[in-house]
Amino acid sequence: MITAPADALEGGFSEAPLQSARAFREILEAMARPGTIRRVQGARPPEPLSVAAGVALLVLTDPTTRLHLAGAADCPAVRDWVAFHIGAPLTAAEDADFAVGTWDALQPVTRFRIGQPDYPDRSATLIVEVDRLVNHGPALTGPGIETATWLILPETAAFRANRALFPLGFDTIFTAGDRIAGLPRSTRVEAI
Amino acid sequence: MTDQAYNFAYLDEQTKRMIRRAILKGIAVPGYQVPFASREMPMPYGWGTGGVQVTAACLVPEDWLKVIDQGADDTTNAVSIRRFFQRTAGVAVTEATAEATIIQTRHRIPETPLTEGQILVYQVPIPEPLRFLEPRETETRKMHELEEYGLMHVKLYEDIARHGQIATSYAYPVKVEGRYVMDPSPIPKFDNPKLSDNPAIQLFGAGREQRIYALPPWTEAVSLDFDDHPFETSKAPHNCDLCGAKDSYLDEVITDDQGGRMFVCSDTDFCGGRRAAGHAGRLGGDQKSSKTFANSFEGIWPGAEVAR
Amino acid sequence: MYVAVKGGERAIDNAHQWLAEERRGDPTVPELTIPQIREQMALAVNRVMAEGSLYDPDLAALAIKQARGDLIEAVFLIRAYRTTLPRLAGSRPVDTGAMAVDRRISATFKDLPGGQVLGPTFDYTHRLLDFTLMAEGEAPQQRNLPDATPADRIPHVTSFLNRDGLIEPVDPSDIAPPDLTREPMELPANRPLRLQALARGDEGFVLSMAYSTQRGYGRTHAFVGELRIGTVAVEVDIPELGFAVEIGEIELTECETVNQFKGSRTEPPQFTRGYGLVMGQSERKAIAMSLVDRALRWQELGEDFTGAPAQDEEFVLMHCDNIQATGFLEHIKLPHYVDFQAELELVRKLRAEAMALQEAAE
Repeated sequence: MITAPADALEGGFSEAPLQSARAFREILEAMARPGTIRRVQGARPPEPLSVAAGVALLVLTDPTTRLHLAGAADCPAVRDWVAFHIGAPLTAAEDADFAVGTWDALQPVTRFRIGQPDYPDRSATLIVEVDRLVNHGPALTGPGIETATWLILPETAAFRANRALFPLGFDTIFTAGDRIAGLPRSTRVEAI
Repeated sequence: MTDQAYNFAYLDEQTKRMIRRAILKGIAVPGYQVPFASREMPMPYGWGTGGVQVTAACLVPEDWLKVIDQGADDTTNAVSIRRFFQRTAGVAVTEATAEATIIQTRHRIPETPLTEGQILVYQVPIPEPLRFLEPRETETRKMHELEEYGLMHVKLYEDIARHGQIATSYAYPVKVEGRYVMDPSPIPKFDNPKLSDNPAIQLFGAGREQRIYALPPWTEAVSLDFDDHPFETSKAPHNCDLCGAKDSYLDEVITDDQGGRMFVCSDTDFCGGRRAAGHAGRLGGDQKSSKTFANSFEGIWPGAEVAR
Repeated sequence: MYVAVKGGERAIDNAHQWLAEERRGDPTVPELTIPQIREQMALAVNRVMAEGSLYDPDLAALAIKQARGDLIEAVFLIRAYRTTLPRLAGSRPVDTGAMAVDRRISATFKDLPGGQVLGPTFDYTHRLLDFTLMAEGEAPQQRNLPDATPADRIPHVTSFLNRDGLIEPVDPSDIAPPDLTREPMELPANRPLRLQALARGDEGFVLSMAYSTQRGYGRTHAFVGELRIGTVAVEVDIPELGFAVEIGEIELTECETVNQFKGSRTEPPQFTRGYGLVMGQSERKAIAMSLVDRALRWQELGEDFTGAPAQDEEFVLMHCDNIQATGFLEHIKLPHYVDFQAELELVRKLRAEAMALQEAAE
């Protein structure tokens, strides 16, 4: 008999195959074109998670991925929701394949897996909840960007340090409301 | 109509998530081959199972899908894969490169330049560019880790010593963003320049070898060469006999047993578009006749047509 | 004049229709039923289940029928089917000590607890065509021996050796083995992954690899300590109930070889082990698997790598899967004319340059 709080049963995809397909395309575009801001829909996760963070979790995580809930995201409502809709085992930051929380809650980000020299893909993806996403802020250049673009970032030093590890490093998905933007480790961030 | 017996785009959701995660890691580390747990597909390994899995993980119901093999939409395996997705995903299909949102390809990059919003999915037989120099995965993985690509340069240099030039005409390796050496799949080296700084997302799927890799848009992919032997593209020194194109990649078609031959665009959509716009080559008049030779699989394999 | 043909779809449809006719053969001959294949072609069914990694005799029989008896094609059908199945649960390890054996032999001891049970084997048949079968002869006579009451547990031969410290111990482990159908193959592999790959590897490939070790390419001096065939229960833990329930029985073939000893002046020598386990009655495969398993353990047992193919983990694991092999092999019949054209232009160019140089020299 499965018992979960009634709230935890809500807020997943109602039509998972199609909703996750559409949402993945937005996430793919966001990661492939760093700095572009896309919209996603279909999830209604419990507070404090945004719609976009909920969508990213539903699309990318499952019982085979270890998930770290950081700060306020590590609350019973989110844990129950993850347990019911996703089934990802919760884990410490150091072991996580995915982590979700605010930038402050995720600190220090140097805890997260950056991959191994022979397997750089074995690295964490951080889903960073931010207040807003706008194309204004430090300049971004690198793969996926024709000349340069701009994106509001919580800071630049950590992303510059992460880029310096390339091909190792973590990858970042920013979420705000239903908006989403990607910052893979390959992106060069202007020093501000 | 979608076949209701299967999940959207055939694969189950957990498999799609696994592939999607691999694609995103591939995007984050351009040119690096991400291992993924390739599934057995209902077509054999070697028929494009890697490309099919990548396409299945990317497709949305709103997509316009184009599938080409050897540049042509009507080759038998392209037809078969297109049908598979019509049946399992119910997506619209097209032969027009400009109209397509996802293009799955074997061995060619379309002549019509790709644009933002498009995804090109390559079917890859051997993803490891160093494989024919070093058969062991454990060794080639170390070579990528250490950026130890000397063996590749030695091979290319031996070509020059023997033949006066680099004797690799397809699957010509590229270096991605100055880091990973990557196999662009067996496209002719004619297509190599299109790999670099392309506005479309380029995804590579190798099913049997269990690897996915990617070139995000606007990513640098430099064909390996030497200062005194710069990379050169090559194609048959002819114009298309149907549409007259001077700058497209050509197939050579043998027309009789007396040495007669003709050259036609390998990209059937490109060629058809030019002819529709009034261009004509040596044999490209508008006169109709029964088919003689085919710019398609059946043309070189009569057995398929003979099948009742 | 040239007109491009767009006949691909029609050609495919026609080919499929023709194939269906060929599969059926002469319609005046009665059609094979799935139960007929399952019951009378059981060893083919077993092979398809083993290499298809799916225990379902009816589906394997269907695959054989659909594949016109091409067993690799049948394995492929089963693999493509199984890959889409949801994972509902993982079973407990099966207990082959509790196997209800149909056959159980040891080549290392003349008699032993549990006895030698010959079972339904070809071993001592004279390979003479039996024309009564062609005449659709009668059913074979009933066995004139009553079924012996099976023992609850038949101990493994290696456990007798183990008791005296004569064979390397293997500690049971609760670590979940990797699953090569869900995770990409990672090299170097561990023994569970190797065994998994061999268990679904091509019987012919594994046989040839094993044979090569017998002829000196990675020699391991194997004795068949024990070969047993029979059914075991499959149990699944049900967390809500707090205990395991039996969900069915499967037939397995298990082979344990006793191999050359290791040791030194100071370290007492011990025999070593090779292991084979295959779904269904597949004893050739199980024996071959245990030889290859043993050969692949050279590093762990401190032996030399002699360069033998059967010792080479990457060589064996990357090439034992017949679905991967047949796909890649057969795909070269697909059109490659773009690449061939590129090669053609290159060869023409190189020839022209070489001939120009030749002329200039003359």
